[in-house]
Amino acid sequence: MSSPTKDSTKEIANGVSSRGLSSLDRASLDQANLDLETPEKPYLDSNELIINMGPQHPATHGVLRVILKLDGEKVLGTECVIGYLHRGVEKIAENRTYTMFNPYVDRMDYVAAVSNGLGYCEAVEKLLNVEAPARAKYIRVILTELNRIASHQLWLGTHALDIGAMTPLFYTFRDREEILKIFERYCGARLTTHAFRIGGCQYETYAGFEKEVKNFLAFFPPKIDEYEALLTGNRIWIERTKNVGVISAADAIALGVTGPVLRASGVKWDLRKAQPYAAYSEFDFEIPVGENGDTYDRYMVRMVEMRQSLRIIEQAVNGIPEGPIMGKVPKVIKPPVGEIYHSIEAPKGELGYFIVSDGSTQPYRIRVRPPSFVNLQALDIMVRGLLVADVVAVIGTLDIVLGEVDR
Amino acid sequence: MLNQFTSYLGSNLTPGTANNQLWALMYVLIIFAGVSVAVICMNWIERKALAHFQVRLGPMRVGPHGLLQPIADALKLMLKEDIIPAEADQFVFWVAPLIGLLASFTVYTVIPFGPSQAVSDMNIGILFMLGVSSLGVLGIVVAGWASNSHYPLIGALRSSAQMVSYEVAMGLAIVSAILMTSMNASGTGTLSMIEIVRAQQQQHVWFLFKFFPLGLIAFAIFAIAMVAETNRAPFDLAEAESELTAGFHTEYSGLRWSLFMLAEYAAMIAVSSIAVTLWLGGWMRPFPNLLSAPAWDFIFSLFPGLTFGGLAAIALIGTARMPAHSFFKIQRIGLAVFAALLGFIALLLLVIAVAGRSADTSLAARFNQGIGYVYWFVLKIAVFMYLFIWYRATWPRYRFDQLMRIGWKVMLPISLGVLMVTAIVGVLVK
Repeated sequence: MSSPTKDSTKEIANGVSSRGLSSLDRASLDQANLDLETPEKPYLDSNELIINMGPQHPATHGVLRVILKLDGEKVLGTECVIGYLHRGVEKIAENRTYTMFNPYVDRMDYVAAVSNGLGYCEAVEKLLNVEAPARAKYIRVILTELNRIASHQLWLGTHALDIGAMTPLFYTFRDREEILKIFERYCGARLTTHAFRIGGCQYETYAGFEKEVKNFLAFFPPKIDEYEALLTGNRIWIERTKNVGVISAADAIALGVTGPVLRASGVKWDLRKAQPYAAYSEFDFEIPVGENGDTYDRYMVRMVEMRQSLRIIEQAVNGIPEGPIMGKVPKVIKPPVGEIYHSIEAPKGELGYFIVSDGSTQPYRIRVRPPSFVNLQALDIMVRGLLVADVVAVIGTLDIVLGEVDR
Repeated sequence: MLNQFTSYLGSNLTPGTANNQLWALMYVLIIFAGVSVAVICMNWIERKALAHFQVRLGPMRVGPHGLLQPIADALKLMLKEDIIPAEADQFVFWVAPLIGLLASFTVYTVIPFGPSQAVSDMNIGILFMLGVSSLGVLGIVVAGWASNSHYPLIGALRSSAQMVSYEVAMGLAIVSAILMTSMNASGTGTLSMIEIVRAQQQQHVWFLFKFFPLGLIAFAIFAIAMVAETNRAPFDLAEAESELTAGFHTEYSGLRWSLFMLAEYAAMIAVSSIAVTLWLGGWMRPFPNLLSAPAWDFIFSLFPGLTFGGLAAIALIGTARMPAHSFFKIQRIGLAVFAALLGFIALLLLVIAVAGRSADTSLAARFNQGIGYVYWFVLKIAVFMYLFIWYRATWPRYRFDQLMRIGWKVMLPISLGVLMVTAIVGVLVK
């Protein structure tokens, strides 16, 4: 550390300390061209404060770095810096066969690995023009919906923790364990499950699978009530979330935001209904929609979604057909030349796979459309004009997973 | 020296009032040690209680059921490297935790653990207490400023705004309680902590229930404001870890950080004791007038012993429930020793209660009385301490602007209204 120079003392006197930022950061800030208006009426005769929130910060859900431009506590603008968890998943795909790449997709959104696998497998199946058998589709639906609940539980716990309520985190993690146990007994892994294969499922359900899923169906609704008892009617929770991080339907659509964030703004768009995949067209369920597009609505949408997922699981587990679990897939997967885009409704929004095949055993290019990455764009317009405390609330409500943002 | 020591024995005054420096110093030392031990206990209880709220076990490894965890923590904190950031203001950074600590401990000079169990009976006790305890904010502000870093600065600003605005509502709530002390024959109230409790004794009612619901409302306002005053959840904005990493003490570590924690917990106990003194009858046992027969005195004097007996029983049950594996042998022995220690204290207290049951002025009787006073006072504080933990486990955190809005737009008008209504009712009743 050098002793303060004359310049830096001058900067301190102006209320702006640049010493937290390296020259690289200064450059990236300048380049970013934040387009930040100056406040109409400054509170005090002082300059703005620039704060780095992250990449090591308790509330940025991993390694997200948000550069905040503050006027006192008021947020004038934000700039997300991502890439700290970049592992080049899409590039890896070009050097792997289709089958070999399957486990990699689990590592993107690692709290909803089953959904990632489902999207990838279905995309390749579409490319190969094969279809998974009915039983495999039902197993996929059950596991994917269980995973949706697990993902929402993790979101709820961390979101509440960001807003200051510690306890729901432990309750959600306790109950998430029941789902992870089912995953573990099904395929041996809890998080990065690699549950599905191209053409169907690798494993038949284990003995007692249906019973355990049904047990969970009975076990979980009271737990949702428990979470809601702590939060839904809580005055502080309502004050912290109502009218915070509002995004209009038009803005959400323009930014490509999907999933619960879009639905909370009042747009009834859910790929499970809009473009049914797997066996979703056979089930009866509702799409919860919000009105104001604020944090509270997003919270309520996800809470209802958990209950709706239970409905889907119940129908699936009661109507699960007998039969094979693997479709007619060639030993060596060599799709014809062509390209395909297939997307599913992951817990966080539209998860799409764009695959270009050059006819070889390896994909020419795979491009993933991750919901977290796209939703994160909305952060800036959601938090402008709010306070610092709202930034963490909004990051929590966007439900981002940095593994998926950076890939 | 010896004369000073013996002359005070049997006195009904506090050492400060009796002008006995030796005993005053002894009281200071006893209170300092007592508060420090209380903070250590509170640390353990908070971690355990919070853990059990949150379906986990909390500390379990260091000592039986983590009983030695606070000591291990304190040792660790003391042994850590003493870091002062290169660009911090060295002296201010150094002095900031001491200001906070000094403020929260100085308050204890006027806290009445009993009619004579206080360092001094100041005739402006409550004013002194308010004044000194609000100095604590200076430590936080100075810490945030001296750190020369963004998060601490924001935390310090939040904290100062918060403490200043809640102090107003708090002060008005206190004034309405002080007004109640003047409901006597002479019509003069008091600011002395001891006299405030005596006033409740004379009026045969805790001020909590006086002019129902006026006393209750004033108490509720104070109970909310004191949480904000001590920067505890749901008003822990100054150290909101999910927003400001650690707020004003982000740059602090080791011993200095632990001084902040010590000050915070000491301040929690201090504000709780104000609430107990003003509204919950201070050192008085429950129903001192309704159940005033000597037999009742005796029964209530058994409580301290029985409490420790109960704790000893819990520790014993814990010992019996420990796994029989030899791995737990040392822990079992440790817990058994702890249970024996608690049992010994219980026995001692019971013996004193039996020996001092007559209402004479023998040493045992006086000792018995003193234990009773301190016991009920501490028990009432303990209820507040538990509430602090309960709040933290249950509620999300308020946002800065909401906190200020509640302070100025809700609590201040209500406390002003209560004050005025209390004054009017007081005049009418007379």
